[in-house]
Amino acid sequence: MIGDWLDIGPVSQISPGNARTMPVRGGREVAIFHTLNNEFYALVNACPHKGGPLSQGIVHGTVVACPLHNWNISLKTGEALGEDKGCVPTIPLRIDAGRIYLLRSAVIAPAPAG
Amino acid sequence: MNAPATFPDSRIPRPDGTLPQRLVVVGNGMAGCRAVEEILARDPARYAITIFGAEPRVNYNRIMLSPVLAGEKTFDEIVINDAAWYADNGITLLSGDAVVAIDRAAKTVIAASGRVEAYDLLLLATGSDPFIIPVPGKDLAGMVTFRDLDDVDKMVRAADSGGSAVVIGGGLLGLEAAHGLSLRGMKVTVIHLMPTLMERQLDEAAGWLLKAELEARGQSILTGADTAEIIGKDGHVSAVRLKDGRVIDADIVVMAVGIRPATALAKQAGLEVGRGILVDDHMVTSDPAVLAVGECVEHRGTCYGLVAPLWDMCRALADHATGAPTGYEGSVTATKLKVSGIEVFSAGDFSGGDGCEDIVMRDAARGLYKRVVVKGDRLIGAVLYGDTADGAWYFDLLRKSVDVSDIREALIFGQAFASGGGALLDPNSAVAALSDDAEICGCNGVSKGKVVSCIARGAHSIDAVRAGCKASASCGSCTGLVESLLAVTLGDQFAGERGARTVCKCTSFTHDDVRRLILEKHLKAIPAVMQALHWSTPDGCASCRPALNYYLVCAWPGEYDDDQQSRFVNERMHANIQKDGTYSVVPRMWGGLTNPRELRAIADVVEKYNAPMVKVTGGQRLDIFGIRKEDLPAVWADLNAAGMVSGHAYGKSLRTVKTCVGSEWCRFGTQDSTGLGVQIEHMTWGSWMPHKFKIAVSGCPRNCAEATIKDFGIICVDSGYELHVGGNGGIKVRVTDLLGKVATEAEAMALCAAFIQLYREQAWYLERTAPWIERVGLEHVKAGLFDDPGAIAALAARFAHSQSFMQDDPWAKRAAGADADLHQHLAEVRPLELAPMELVR
Ligand code: SRM
Ligand SMILES: Cc1cc2nc3c(=O)[nH]c(=O)nc-3n(C[C@H](O)[C@H](O)[C@H](O)COP(=O)(O)OP(=O)(O)OC[C@H]3O[C@@H](n4cnc5c(N)ncnc54)[C@H](O)[C@@H]3O)c2cc1C
Ligand code: SF4
Ligand code: FES
Repeated sequence: MIGDWLDIGPVSQISPGNARTMPVRGGREVAIFHTLNNEFYALVNACPHKGGPLSQGIVHGTVVACPLHNWNISLKTGEALGEDKGCVPTIPLRIDAGRIYLLRSAVIAPAPAG
Repeated sequence: MNAPATFPDSRIPRPDGTLPQRLVVVGNGMAGCRAVEEILARDPARYAITIFGAEPRVNYNRIMLSPVLAGEKTFDEIVINDAAWYADNGITLLSGDAVVAIDRAAKTVIAASGRVEAYDLLLLATGSDPFIIPVPGKDLAGMVTFRDLDDVDKMVRAADSGGSAVVIGGGLLGLEAAHGLSLRGMKVTVIHLMPTLMERQLDEAAGWLLKAELEARGQSILTGADTAEIIGKDGHVSAVRLKDGRVIDADIVVMAVGIRPATALAKQAGLEVGRGILVDDHMVTSDPAVLAVGECVEHRGTCYGLVAPLWDMCRALADHATGAPTGYEGSVTATKLKVSGIEVFSAGDFSGGDGCEDIVMRDAARGLYKRVVVKGDRLIGAVLYGDTADGAWYFDLLRKSVDVSDIREALIFGQAFASGGGALLDPNSAVAALSDDAEICGCNGVSKGKVVSCIARGAHSIDAVRAGCKASASCGSCTGLVESLLAVTLGDQFAGERGARTVCKCTSFTHDDVRRLILEKHLKAIPAVMQALHWSTPDGCASCRPALNYYLVCAWPGEYDDDQQSRFVNERMHANIQKDGTYSVVPRMWGGLTNPRELRAIADVVEKYNAPMVKVTGGQRLDIFGIRKEDLPAVWADLNAAGMVSGHAYGKSLRTVKTCVGSEWCRFGTQDSTGLGVQIEHMTWGSWMPHKFKIAVSGCPRNCAEATIKDFGIICVDSGYELHVGGNGGIKVRVTDLLGKVATEAEAMALCAAFIQLYREQAWYLERTAPWIERVGLEHVKAGLFDDPGAIAALAARFAHSQSFMQDDPWAKRAAGADADLHQHLAEVRPLELAPMELVR
């Protein structure tokens, strides 16, 4: 299993309420979020509205508010909440012994969320 | 190791003449002994049992080490199985003798003493090892972990000579150690890496309450603190140094940062090991003759650190070992903190999110915070602070996945209430159920009966009730209760909506209430406001967090720690985000003046970082576009080097001070408008405001600086300075109101500072001066400035005090390396066509 997971380093690199980014050559930049509830999520770093960098938004609960036009995007499903419609791919993530792992295959070709 | 010694087979034959199978247990701890108890309960004659224990003592209740440390219990009181139990059940206990190797081929274990013991069935129950962070000084004398009785003894001895203790780790174990040491008279400091305590078990709100309570008890709690080194003196710990340079004296250092399953023995024996020893649903390892149980195992991808799952594992293990396998399917866990007088409980998943509903109840007076998370018809998580009486009930609903749709509305009020009514209950009926003499408003001592009769006498709104019987007229924290009483008493007649706009849907308080209460109740942190004012969400939303952050910045200059996570991206990055995710950078050009050095620096930056565009803004300065977030610190360093600071073109703060050429050059100029503008910009830059704030100074009534559409505008005339306020050129153009006329620059500056401070202290977040003045009226503003002859000086002094903390260039700090993680990528992935994916840090 470990082989399918990409170790991107210790959890302490992302302070709670923040997100950090990881560009992918030939793929789409990934944003890794650390919520105030101490959970981690990874999404493609592009808002389904007009591609805003979600990593720069305000994180509340398990939602990030896009910095460009304030759409609320679920960190769990990548879906736009409320009236807005759209979805950004999520990347399976797991934490093991204080390190963050992303599913390799999804980093290269993020699966449609669901 | 001594020479291997094999002992003669001492098994007593069964009545049918067969010999019982030999069960050897490694680990005389909680899981190992419980497994043996479970097996004995099912089939006492099946095995001849030998237990090895590394600790030189009988089996005891490890979780009660905390009360032993706190002096509330003795070791004898926490023994689970005494020597007689082993004897009565024919168990050979080899305590103080650790097993050092397993020979699976020969089916023997070898102990440190040299003893070799043969097994038919082997059970590994080795528990966990405390994790030690690899910092310099970790091996000094005076460093302890918190795992067994020896550790407790060391701590008790250290406490006997008093002094200071540092506990590294603010989780369950660390806090229990800190509590015990503090009860034993030591001065305790807890160092915790994360920003909130027990972050794995508690949400931000509960973690904050816990911290506040522990601090009130005299412990120092340092969150967000990373240990760099344990400093020693003569081979013994003497202090702990943090990465930020702080040094904390310590006569003893307790390391309680986490545990690791003890897998060394299993690994060396060639058993399959992940994070823990891998077991199936019957606690069987990769070798059918070897079982494992407790904290040392990994079952379906999970390692546990609490006892409840061990009990379930032991049942499944015994069922399997006695020939009636059932299987273990994993456990849901709940946490309680064993610190006397502090009640904390959490269980399940309380991350919230889609399809989940958070139900939050806060009672600031009693220090309560309760949060339950419901998904569909099921309870999936709970966090309780202050009163955990209902913890067991919530845990039960959660574990059994009970359909809670019938009691949903009453769930948060606890078991007694929710199961009391039976019928559909809602918060209003909770209030309806209160007795007439129940106190509603604590500040004014108003009972429910009084409020109800006040409503009956015609007070049909919150304000009317406030006027009529004073309920909710002071701190306002009972407003929700009064609303419920209005709803209960008036039924459909009560519109439910309060007239004034609330901050957001997380609260029933208005902006004005929140601002007033922050001052009255000395609230100095966002979670403190949310708790005291009964926020209905655990950590607010993207509307209220920035508002609260501003109100706190304004209320407590120099004291409040700005919460970066509550700021919009532009204010966090100190640049304006663009549609393509890059940033624009606008350095300050005081009063619109510039010089060759600044222009050269800007030109260099544009070339060096390939900025696609540079533009003269409508605010008399230059805007550099298309800078990547990674390059921002370097860009700022270059601009800083030329003496330029942030223009705050991104902030709810002072933007620009526009000037015209004025008397220095212009043939019509009456005063030095340029010079005055520059002075004003130096006085006002860097201040955070409810919204953006623009100033302009025109040298004569021709008004080339457009001062009459600015938040604060000055028009110079021969006899002095006309001061204008509340202008706006944006979406809805509003021409300024004339505030007054003064004779000197000094008076103009003082009034400017006073007006800004009045606006800072009174306006709602995201309300510019124009709508603010429209709402409160110019007369109100004038009254605030002129009614009391000392008001202008007092407001200006408060502004100056606040500015003494605000006027440091945020760019300079970033250029020097602060918050580098906001700018740098975490890593970069460069998938290669043939080779496996590569990760570059
Ligand atoms: C750069 C600039 C346009 C230009 O190239 O000249 C500009 C650019 C933006 N303006 Fe402006 N405004 C600029 C001068 C103005 C002016 C003119 C002035 O200040 O004299 C006005 C009208 C005067 C006023 O504010 O009353 C103006 C009224 C607005 C408004 C409407 C405000 C209102 O109260 O109605 C917004 C929207 C808002 O703030 O919510 C806005 C918002 C914006 C934002 C921040 C939009 C956004 O959220 O991204 C633009 C940021 C671009 C960037 O990345 O730099 N901008 N904006 C000007 C920067 C001035 C500076 O040096 O700081
Ligand atoms: C201070 C403290 C407070 C706690 N509070 C709580 C609480 O409130 N609630 C809760 O649910 N849990 C609590 N826990 C956790 C709980 O105690 C553990 O989950 C539980 O003890 C695990 O049981 P175990 O048998 O797997 O490990 P242990 O109880 O640690 O037993 C393992 C035993 O194996 C021995 N051993 C290891 N290797 C060998 C070897 N090679 N040969 C021989 N012997 C060996 C060890 O010396 C140890 O005695 C607490 C723990 C501590 C330390
Ligand atoms: S006028 Fe509109 S488009 Fe132009 S800078 Fe201002 S906000 Fe942007
Ligand atoms: S791009 Fe995210 S809300 Fe518009």
